[in-house]
Amino acid sequence: MADTTTGPVTAAAPVTREPATTKPVWRSHGRTRRSTRTVRVRTSAALVAVVALAVLVVPLLAPLDQQAVDLARKLQPPSLAHPFGTDDVGRDLLLRCVYGLRVSLLVGLVAALVATVIGTAVGAAAAAFGGWTDRIVMRLVDTFSSVPHLLLGIFIVAMFRPGVWPVIVSVALTHWLSTARIVRSEVLSLRARPYIDAAISGGASRRRVIRRHLLPGVMPQAGLAAVLMVPHAMWHESALSFLGLGLPSHQASLGNLVQTARGSLLAGDWWPTLFPGLFLIVPTLALAGLAGAWRERINPRRRSELML
Amino acid sequence: MLELRSITAGYERRAPVVRDASLTLAPGTSLGLLGPSGCGKSTLARVAALLHRPDAGTVTVDGQRATGWRHRAPRAQRTAIGVVFQQPRLSADPRLRLSELIAEPLRATGRRSDLTAHVGELARTVGLTGELLGRRPHEVSDGQLQRACLARALVLRPRWLVCDEMTAMLDASTTAALVAVVEEYRREHGAGLLAVGHDRVLLERWCDRTVRWTEITGAG
Repeated sequence: MADTTTGPVTAAAPVTREPATTKPVWRSHGRTRRSTRTVRVRTSAALVAVVALAVLVVPLLAPLDQQAVDLARKLQPPSLAHPFGTDDVGRDLLLRCVYGLRVSLLVGLVAALVATVIGTAVGAAAAAFGGWTDRIVMRLVDTFSSVPHLLLGIFIVAMFRPGVWPVIVSVALTHWLSTARIVRSEVLSLRARPYIDAAISGGASRRRVIRRHLLPGVMPQAGLAAVLMVPHAMWHESALSFLGLGLPSHQASLGNLVQTARGSLLAGDWWPTLFPGLFLIVPTLALAGLAGAWRERINPRRRSELML
Repeated sequence: MLELRSITAGYERRAPVVRDASLTLAPGTSLGLLGPSGCGKSTLARVAALLHRPDAGTVTVDGQRATGWRHRAPRAQRTAIGVVFQQPRLSADPRLRLSELIAEPLRATGRRSDLTAHVGELARTVGLTGELLGRRPHEVSDGQLQRACLARALVLRPRWLVCDEMTAMLDASTTAALVAVVEEYRREHGAGLLAVGHDRVLLERWCDRTVRWTEITGAG
């Protein structure tokens, strides 16, 4: 991945062009492919870094009063004072977008983490114990999978008062199923390897085999599933908020922002929809891009299939 | 004694790979088992090491009849038998350094006290030097990895050794070195050996007695 043969590198593009004249022709194809991938990874990484910085630093510099209303400035188009314009009750959209992204990221990260832990535990247990445990657990997973998970999520979130935690619980409880399947199949394939036989013959207990040999073996897959799940969980949070079931409507969240912008969009005001939409799409694509690059690294055979 | 009596084993009940196989191994002796590829000798080796439950028949280790297999076998019983497999690549956890690989049975059985000294000594015996011990399996050759696997099988000082095509992937000099290590260990500890393979010349030179697959199974 690192192309450091020509000394200090400031940008990706010049490095790929210069050696092309001295290298054999057949290498150019590979190098071009590698460099587009590098550009993609670097762009994604830079975007993720900017987003992380923004959601961490901006709230320190500019506190947001979620309920402050200034009707004199309502629905102003983007200007220097308000780069993203203002919403229908005169609140600055840039600030609300950053705060919204912060909430969505928080929900996405925590929910993905919880879902991965549940999925890994269930999948590993099913595979390690096998037999009836495996059959019953995996049929339960199938049953849950047969219900559209947005529907299930709505059902869970509707049992609580609106807030961040119900949304996290709802997203986490509906997203562990695929991880459980991935981890189970991975553990099943590891379990049949001779080195597990060797460990048993060396006196390892069942617990030690799981902890020392099986779980570390599925960690890359589970970690990848977790990162890939973050954008998905963020979209889910936005969907719930958009439907009015997620976060309380005064709280800035990307779903809420798009939801309140619907009315003004029909009146021709484009900015309250566009900016929250971009804030949802760009960071999640960047995260997915990074996760895709990671997947290529741990499983190079998938290089041809693109991410997402 | 390590005794296998009328073993029928396989992966599907209706089509067993091993039918009615019996063999007996006295302490300190070595037995070579010759058979063509795919005949079921590896399955029989796994049964002998208590790693595969047979559909029928009994295994007796030092006068004690085995009732459980894999994790269900008592720890003392399954660690009494050291196993070396054919493919070192697959029988080494890719995340462990060679020194950890060799030490793993000591850790797993809670014998950490003489770990470093014992592992170092054993590594020297199988011909692995300091720098190699810090590497992971993908950074060493098949031969070096198989040396580590042999060291792992010997680290708990088993009374029985099961070598399943231990040298099939290796060149002549490594084969000679590993066979010498096994023989040295057996002389010192009086361990019995079951060597499974298809190389008649090697097994006949290595073992006290060599039998053909057809001689020990019901078919023969």
